[in-house]
Amino acid sequence: MIWFWIFVAGLITFFTRYSMIAFIDPSILSKNTKKVLTYVPSAVFPAIIFPAVFLNSKGLLVSIENPQIWAFMIALIIGFFFKNILLTIISGLLSFWLFIFWLS
Amino acid sequence: MKSIAIFQKGIVDVMPLTIPVVPFGIIYGVIGVEMGLTPFMTFAMSFIIFAGSSQIAFSQLFVAGASPLVMLGSVAAINSRHFLYGAVLSQYFNKLNFNWRILLSYLMTDQAFSVSSSYLKNNQNKINAHYHMLGSGLTLWLLWQISTLAGIFLGNIVPEQLGLTFTIPLTFLALIVSELRKLDHVIVILISGTSSLVFYNYPYKIYIILSAFIALGVSYLLILRFKEISK
Repeated sequence: MIWFWIFVAGLITFFTRYSMIAFIDPSILSKNTKKVLTYVPSAVFPAIIFPAVFLNSKGLLVSIENPQIWAFMIALIIGFFFKNILLTIISGLLSFWLFIFWLS
Repeated sequence: MKSIAIFQKGIVDVMPLTIPVVPFGIIYGVIGVEMGLTPFMTFAMSFIIFAGSSQIAFSQLFVAGASPLVMLGSVAAINSRHFLYGAVLSQYFNKLNFNWRILLSYLMTDQAFSVSSSYLKNNQNKINAHYHMLGSGLTLWLLWQISTLAGIFLGNIVPEQLGLTFTIPLTFLALIVSELRKLDHVIVILISGTSSLVFYNYPYKIYIILSAFIALGVSYLLILRFKEISK
């Protein structure tokens, strides 16, 4: 039976991916709708970022001393100035390691 | 530009974003087997569902004895952000045939959407621009399958102390750093992030799509307001 539910879950997931591509005719999208769609990354990604940085596994706010927050801030500053994907990730990870392995 | 060159550009562009895929895939493989799913079932979910966080939620709920409705509801809620990605991509895929749409839909992930939608936006005159998403999507797909297998058969080969799950928020941050100089985007980002913290404990992991809609509502208001100013 579990196999059946796995396949249903797969179909649901595929539907979320396919439906808009299949059924939206872009010529009917209004100018404002198209403009709103340019904000999709800025509207979706923070909802994945914030809980992963500011909440612990129990869903409670982490304390300000948490190395994650500081590593994240460094990555944010580096990212802001250099606008470089790889540099942002690496600077955040390296400063995270620096905080947890050498400074704690 | 030749299709193969665009395909390769998709691979290269997505490379930095694959950093969290490997540790995340390994974690999923380890969790799946630890929870009592068979190795084959754990692996099969990686290509039937092919969406990391919903695979983990699905197996956790299954093992906890949740009803199928709850399991499927969670999968739908977690993946509902794809509707928004699809709406963006539909602007560039309307001339593609059925097979292409099926294939590129199946390969849609956060990272592939992010790199390839910006490429498609800037190359709308190229008829083969969609090869970019084939490159980025296949790269992520392949890495996800390999790292799931590694997690299933080799166990936790990446030490937990390295905290590599932290690369997940870092990667999503990297995807929006170019928007941080635009005030309207910064407002939308802060609204989305704050509401995700507020709604985090709501059931079905609904906070992602809920925060996205709130933030898009704000972006709509910003667009209207901006129009008024520019008049």
